Amino acid sequence: MDALLLQVLNGLDKGGAYALIALGLTLVFGTLGVVNFAHGALFMLGAFCAVTFNRLLNLESVVIDPAQKTPWGTPLEVRTPYVEAWLGDFGAFLNDYSVPASIVLAVPVMLAIGIVMERGLIRHFYKRPHADQILVTFGLAIIIQEIIKHFFGANPIPQPAPEAFGGTVYVGEILGMGQTLAYPWWRIVYLFFSLAVIGAVFAFLQFTTYGMVVRAGMHDRQTVGFLGIDIERRFTVVFGLAAVIAGVAGVMYTPIVPPDYHMGMEFLVLSFVVVVVGGMGSLGGAVVAGFLLGILQSFASMNEVKAIIPGIDHVIIYLVAVVILLTLPRGLLGRKGMMED
Amino acid sequence: MKFENVNRRFILKSGAALGVGLAAPMHFIRGAYAEDMSCNMPKGDTVTFGWNVPLTGAYADEGADELKAFQLAVKHLNGEGDGGMIATMKPTALKGNGILGKKVAYVQSDSQTKSDAARDGAKRMVERDGAIMISGGSSSGVAVAVQGLCQELGIIFMSGLTHSNDTTGKDKKRYGFRHFFNAYQSGVALGPVLGQEYGKERRAYHLTADYTWGWTQEESMKAATEKLGWKTVAAVRTPLGAADFSQYITPVLNSGADVLILNHYGKDMVNSLTQSVQFGLRDKQVNGKKFEIVVPLFSELMAQGAGDAVKGIYGTGNWDWKLDDDATKAFTKSFGAEFGSPPSQAAHTCYVQALLYADACERAGTFYAPAVIKALEGFEFDGMGNGKTLYRAEDHQCMKSCVVVKGKENPKDKFDLMEVVKVVPREELDYDPAIFGGELGPSDPKQC
Amino acid sequence: MFNNPARNDWLLLAGFSAVVLCLPVLLEPIGAAYPALMQKFCIFGIFAIGFNILFGLTGYLSFGHAAFLGVGSYAAVWSFKLFTMNAIPAIVMAVFFAALFAVVIGYVSLKRSGIYFSILTLAFAQMCYNLVYSVLTPLTNGETGLQLSLQDPRVIDAMFIEPAAGLPRVNLFALNISGGGYAGFYLCAVMLIICFFIAMCIFRSPFGMMLRAIKSNQTRMRYTGFNTRPYLLAAFVISGMYAGLAGGLMAVTDPLVGAERMQWTASGEVVLMTILGGAGTLVGPVLGAAVIKYCENIFSSFSPGTLHGAFGFLPDAIEDPIVSFLSLFVGDGWNLTLGVVFMLIVIFLPGGIMEGLRRIRMMFNRRPGNGRKIPATQTQPAE
Repeated sequence: MDALLLQVLNGLDKGGAYALIALGLTLVFGTLGVVNFAHGALFMLGAFCAVTFNRLLNLESVVIDPAQKTPWGTPLEVRTPYVEAWLGDFGAFLNDYSVPASIVLAVPVMLAIGIVMERGLIRHFYKRPHADQILVTFGLAIIIQEIIKHFFGANPIPQPAPEAFGGTVYVGEILGMGQTLAYPWWRIVYLFFSLAVIGAVFAFLQFTTYGMVVRAGMHDRQTVGFLGIDIERRFTVVFGLAAVIAGVAGVMYTPIVPPDYHMGMEFLVLSFVVVVVGGMGSLGGAVVAGFLLGILQSFASMNEVKAIIPGIDHVIIYLVAVVILLTLPRGLLGRKGMMED
Repeated sequence: MKFENVNRRFILKSGAALGVGLAAPMHFIRGAYAEDMSCNMPKGDTVTFGWNVPLTGAYADEGADELKAFQLAVKHLNGEGDGGMIATMKPTALKGNGILGKKVAYVQSDSQTKSDAARDGAKRMVERDGAIMISGGSSSGVAVAVQGLCQELGIIFMSGLTHSNDTTGKDKKRYGFRHFFNAYQSGVALGPVLGQEYGKERRAYHLTADYTWGWTQEESMKAATEKLGWKTVAAVRTPLGAADFSQYITPVLNSGADVLILNHYGKDMVNSLTQSVQFGLRDKQVNGKKFEIVVPLFSELMAQGAGDAVKGIYGTGNWDWKLDDDATKAFTKSFGAEFGSPPSQAAHTCYVQALLYADACERAGTFYAPAVIKALEGFEFDGMGNGKTLYRAEDHQCMKSCVVVKGKENPKDKFDLMEVVKVVPREELDYDPAIFGGELGPSDPKQC
Repeated sequence: MFNNPARNDWLLLAGFSAVVLCLPVLLEPIGAAYPALMQKFCIFGIFAIGFNILFGLTGYLSFGHAAFLGVGSYAAVWSFKLFTMNAIPAIVMAVFFAALFAVVIGYVSLKRSGIYFSILTLAFAQMCYNLVYSVLTPLTNGETGLQLSLQDPRVIDAMFIEPAAGLPRVNLFALNISGGGYAGFYLCAVMLIICFFIAMCIFRSPFGMMLRAIKSNQTRMRYTGFNTRPYLLAAFVISGMYAGLAGGLMAVTDPLVGAERMQWTASGEVVLMTILGGAGTLVGPVLGAAVIKYCENIFSSFSPGTLHGAFGFLPDAIEDPIVSFLSLFVGDGWNLTLGVVFMLIVIFLPGGIMEGLRRIRMMFNRRPGNGRKIPATQTQPAE
């Protein structure tokens, strides 16, 4: 029982990340009709916002202290972060919470990047075939990756979770079920964070006029245009919003897996699979499919399952995608007429 | 299918064109060389080495450190800097004026921790840049792949960090040499310490990197721990470079195991270890005992990456910069002064390999590969940080001491992360080269 | 199309063969005349030609072709291990197994079109890759890569020749192919020319016409009573066989297979090559492959030192920013150059290098009545 619950938890936690990325992807797809292969790169950029923020906080003053020696006999360099020197305890606190705090940096940065991307590039590809959209955004993804690689190196840069959330939470004890059900704090935080973001996006689309127009635009762009609404501008904002979602998803993911320049590509394939399983252009579908695939993946990794079907943990997600695509042409919750021929 | 525009004449003509084209190549195939020439023998006043190290991928940190060591070795060979271990190596034919009077130059390539890319890079360095020796490693998969290629090309491969039994076991090659110790020796060295610390009644769960190194280390650790009386609950393979190990760790929690053996290295180990700790494994009590984690192959670079998670964790290493002998001190001093950090075991083995090759050329009096191989086989030396060391002729494996290390509880500074628990002498690590099979193959020179 | 098709095609083929076979001489001045690189030109040329038969003619964008390449490589190495070191059976096995996989994957994937087709091929390729990497290790040796060993049976060789000491080399009867040297290159070159010839036949045949018609409007084709599936499947399988051949040749010139060559990014690379050269053209993909492989080799070995040498005549204040800017694009950053060039091509020159060449020729050659069309203009991939 514990083992199963643990797998469910693990699946939800993976699914949270899948759902967040797929949400932005499908938002862009549903409104703008653009297949964005650079979406993974946006996720990665978000993660590097956290890295940059942490670097800024850790700018240090270096003093060479000739009195102290390194083990091999050269004078020791003493380093103190400026933030701690200036702000004292608050600086140390800020440093500890640098990952969640960097959302403050990530939101405007990602919004700006998203808007520039839409205005500068994506806009000119609305009318071009999907293959061209894939190709041009694939090229863009390579460029973004390489620029990040140039400035941050090719290797993952670990980001610490805040001290208070770095340890283990004994979910079992909270639920009164014994000690074996333990889970890392930060992964639980990530799960709730993803649920909150998903909720916020849905609330925005559902309960605000702005969101209503966007939904109407997704449904029938032309009519909305005829009504005199500047749908183009709204779509720019939607693209920016998608970039922000991907970005904050990336920021919060950094303590789970140290970010490197290539992490976006790895998530890209997965998130596309999530989107088609959920149904192209269906926001609800993306979320459902994200969690579903996360849980399936987690269960497939159980030793008992692997004993029956060896290697299933490596292919389960793709297998599900193939089966769904062949049996349910529109995915789980897809709308009619979306990307059909 | 009907090809309207392709008639018989067309095919005949194109056939003729092809024939002419086919005859042309013979002209370009180079003739045989005179005797006593092997691939890429240096002609000018420099000799070129090729460093094939991973600068990206799961083992990139080790690769970067290896590259530093190679640069330092070239400096010392050319007589620049303080000479490092050239001064302590004995016997030595090195004079610090290059090799056989030729200055040492080098080219490098990023092996990306991938066999294909590594072979590509090695080929490029041999064919385009004229490298006479290839060195590097950090993944046994890559080392085995490149070693196979070097045997084919007739280029000596002085492997860097590679710990799989296969490198000098079932996949050993006449042109391949390894200074680093192997998984079997790790098991022999670590077994007694584990028995002493954790008792005889333990149930172990292995997470294993899914390639040659992981497999042989899992096998060696199983053999060593089962000899103590431990039981193996499960051994699960994980793909190399999987950043998120959570799905592999969750099954451990309820498996009834009380020891987790992580057959991971580099970033994989950093990730799997920190994630295991986040899952509360080290705070657990199972079967009335404290849950323990063991990392059989352990290095300072990984300890830096994993932070607090390494405290109290046992593992083995080929060498450690805190060892107390002149050679180690000399090397640590020149490396530290040059790069501002102490050398890792990966750096040490690469540095030593470069020196050993150079020394063998000097002793052989030529760069002719078969002669250099002969000079290396059965060579016994001292003063390289591991005590008296023998390059065994049967499998090209160095026989020497290794260390058992433990993550330090109270580090003094950011480099003081591991303590040497025990130096395991060479005699205890000796084994019969026949147990792993394999065949070295011929040493006939190749023209390229 | 052409005024005198047979003659023009013959000229094209002859010219192409001449260029390919003389590569060692032609490439000498630009420092690319070493066998390993030229082999790559040919092998990736074949791969790209094959990809182009699918993408260029039908507009179906597959992101899974690397899987066939990998299957071909594994099949070839198994042929070396089990039967003989001769290259011919290995190549036949490679093409056969790739075709087998292509039939299965193609049959399923072609049930959908457009982006769904792309995702399906991607999913299949990732499945193949993940399996090769994990549970299929007895067959593929996983991450370590499949290699020859002294214990291999090699039944056919064992019947005829006394095994020499050490690992045998791949041969074409008396000629050594693997282990460096020009023989491997010439084998690949001849294969490239044959593949080019076959592609040319397909392009000029009614079958090729049919594929183009599918690209321009599949619905119309269906309404006229055509079942397009068999044609698409045939194109998919042919293109998979090309990929298998390329994989086989990789194994022939260097008998080791690493799983990485099956990853989806490897499929992405052949897409880049084809688009860069010019999708839908005959020569374009080969050109694209050569340009990418050459730049990869040359750019990636540049270092800031080389740049400082090149711009050394400038004063330091100007030199340093230039060098630090340019160093973004060379060395490790050469992929950035690739990305930028690729994006520019997709945005401004959808026909790739070939269209660029055509435009340049048009500029010099603007005579009325000379506006004959070459397939380079038909590059808009269909949905």
